[in-house]
Amino acid sequence: MRKIFILFIAILALNQLYAQRGNTLPDVEIKTMQGETVSTSEITNDGDPMIISFWALWCKPCIKELDAISEVYDDWQEETGLKVVAVSIDDARSTSRVKPTVNGKGWDYEVYLDPNGEFKRAMNVNMIPHVFLLNGDREIIYQHTSYTEGSEYELYEKVLKLKEGKSLDD
Amino acid sequence: MKRKTTICIGLIFGMMILLPGLAYAQQGFLQGGQVHGNFQLDAQYYEPDSAIGAFEVPEKFNMNAYADLIYTNDNFSAGIRYEAYLNPLEGYDPRWEGHGIAYRYARYRKGDFDITVGNYYEQFGSGLIFRSYEEPNLGYDNAMDGVRVKYNPAKGINFTGLMGKQRLFWDQGPGIVRGADAEFYLNELVSGWQDKKLKVILGGSFISKYQPDEVITFTRDDSLYQLNLPENVGAFAGRLNLMYGPWSLTGEYAYKANDPSSVNNLIYRQGQGLVLTGSYSVKGLGITLSAKRIDNMSFKSSRTELGNVLDINYLPAMTRQHSYSLASIYPYATQPNGEFGLQGQVIYSIPEETAIGGKYGTDLSINYSLANSIETERISSEFPVHAPGTDGYESDFFAFGDERYFRDINVEVRKKFSKSFKGVFSWVNLDYNIDVIEGHPGEPMVHANVFIADMTYKFTYKKSLRMELQHLSTEEDDGDWAMAMLEYNVAPHWFFVISDDYNYGNPVENDQHHYYNLAFGYNQGANRISLSWGKQREGIICVGGVCRNVPAASGLKLSISSSF
Repeated sequence: MRKIFILFIAILALNQLYAQRGNTLPDVEIKTMQGETVSTSEITNDGDPMIISFWALWCKPCIKELDAISEVYDDWQEETGLKVVAVSIDDARSTSRVKPTVNGKGWDYEVYLDPNGEFKRAMNVNMIPHVFLLNGDREIIYQHTSYTEGSEYELYEKVLKLKEGKSLDD
Repeated sequence: MKRKTTICIGLIFGMMILLPGLAYAQQGFLQGGQVHGNFQLDAQYYEPDSAIGAFEVPEKFNMNAYADLIYTNDNFSAGIRYEAYLNPLEGYDPRWEGHGIAYRYARYRKGDFDITVGNYYEQFGSGLIFRSYEEPNLGYDNAMDGVRVKYNPAKGINFTGLMGKQRLFWDQGPGIVRGADAEFYLNELVSGWQDKKLKVILGGSFISKYQPDEVITFTRDDSLYQLNLPENVGAFAGRLNLMYGPWSLTGEYAYKANDPSSVNNLIYRQGQGLVLTGSYSVKGLGITLSAKRIDNMSFKSSRTELGNVLDINYLPAMTRQHSYSLASIYPYATQPNGEFGLQGQVIYSIPEETAIGGKYGTDLSINYSLANSIETERISSEFPVHAPGTDGYESDFFAFGDERYFRDINVEVRKKFSKSFKGVFSWVNLDYNIDVIEGHPGEPMVHANVFIADMTYKFTYKKSLRMELQHLSTEEDDGDWAMAMLEYNVAPHWFFVISDDYNYGNPVENDQHHYYNLAFGYNQGANRISLSWGKQREGIICVGGVCRNVPAASGLKLSISSSF
């Protein structure tokens, strides 16, 4: 028990130490909805901010979050050049239903499949939904787990601050 | 062992804490390195409640925790995972008990090569002959320990070769698993195909398992026989992926050589698996149709293990995974010895500003799935089907068996009524063969109807109230259930939940229990802490924005999750 406590403290300390370092995206293999294998190093938005959202068909809050963003996505794109990348961690049970669902819902996101959790593990995603905000240099500057009604606005405030060159903590 | 682990962890943490300092002091050394990781803790204080089947837990307080630390620097990465099950939470296999470094690897990518030594997870195709993965919430981890090499000589060609042993709790399975996979994206490879509308991906894989001979016996007609066991068992699979505009067709066929095991009752029959999915989708409409046939496809790196351990392959259930609590009381899992399955789904967005779509549009989803037995015939009049030491049975590849395992038809409507009010309404109708799926011989098929309303009202743009009302009706098993939940959210930090699952229709009056639950939690960025008190029935529970699998229990539960 004590060891766990020390571990937890150490992780919190590390969290503080590294919080501002801006880790870049790890380089692992994922699949496009077409089934083509690509490297995560190819995910980019040409210098504009990106949101990477991990989701799955069985995760209700994930769907709610992506539905909510979808309603305002046009405006967000126009205002900030933002791109949303939705990474489905559905496994072979439901990967083939991802593309019809994305299209059926009319989501305009860039969607990838991570059927064996390779990208999810490399990004330290414990539970979904988990969103990452990346700056134009593809550095992770903010992340958030869980979705509750209205969290998308908080996320967008961060995007706006990033776009204006302000610190995210203000 | 214990001390070694402690020292090892100490050293690693010491290094990690010192690293940034070093990096600044000695420009160049380890420069550009990045450390990230995550932490998850689930602890529970148990109160015995014999009425709902929560027995006294001698430890009173159990915990599952793990932390990953990953170091990356340019092409190099390395990581470790510390896990502690002191003791494992109720519902997890007791063999998890213990703590230590359970996962460590180093990986190097340069040019066309990608080399991993130590632990890794991998999947070939849809996993029919090989998948190594983890699902901590379910207590599942069959990580490989060995070597993996990926080689990608040109765009559109991917080769993977691997060899290793599989994780079995704090030990490893007796078998060695080796295999290779190749995948070709023809539109990148064939000149002139780049701009073709038809996209073609082909793949093939081979896996072989080696396990030394052992003595396994069975009795027939009062005589004892010993099996002549194959030490090497091979399996191969081929897959095809076609895409043409809005149309797509994906399929994988797998074959496994004879492999008598405890799961298939020691028969020598070869295994076969086929998964086929076709879909059509355009903006606003998505249609999927799938079929699968599984015949004697359990593939483990141990002949005698039963249960969810040491699986070399993955046989996905072709049914929808429900996440509302009453809809997930009767979840389906693939029957590895034989199953014929079908699934169809239509998703349609009724456009905005139409009579049915309303001002904000409406999403409609209809899903149907069916799983039956495969047809089996005796190989001769001498033996019944599945007789040990024989080829087991004969089976017509295209014939449905008469025994129904599972059927589910569900309709879901998502509607936004106004800027501040929206809801998801579902109806689920299912047949659940509790005899086969849960192994309750003689119990009748469960026919259940579930209605769910999930409504959210927004007070301000950060404060909202969510209410779930669910009802399950069935004449069988535990009878009718009703459920109500209220969740108050202050985005993005706080949530408070009160809920009750009430089994009011249980045919045994003394078992008509309430499963109350009170919970609250706090999120900050990727840190999350939640505390809940109450009684929990087994199932997937989605609360406060996340979903996880929870075993039956009563008491106080603490969860902490952090990622950086």
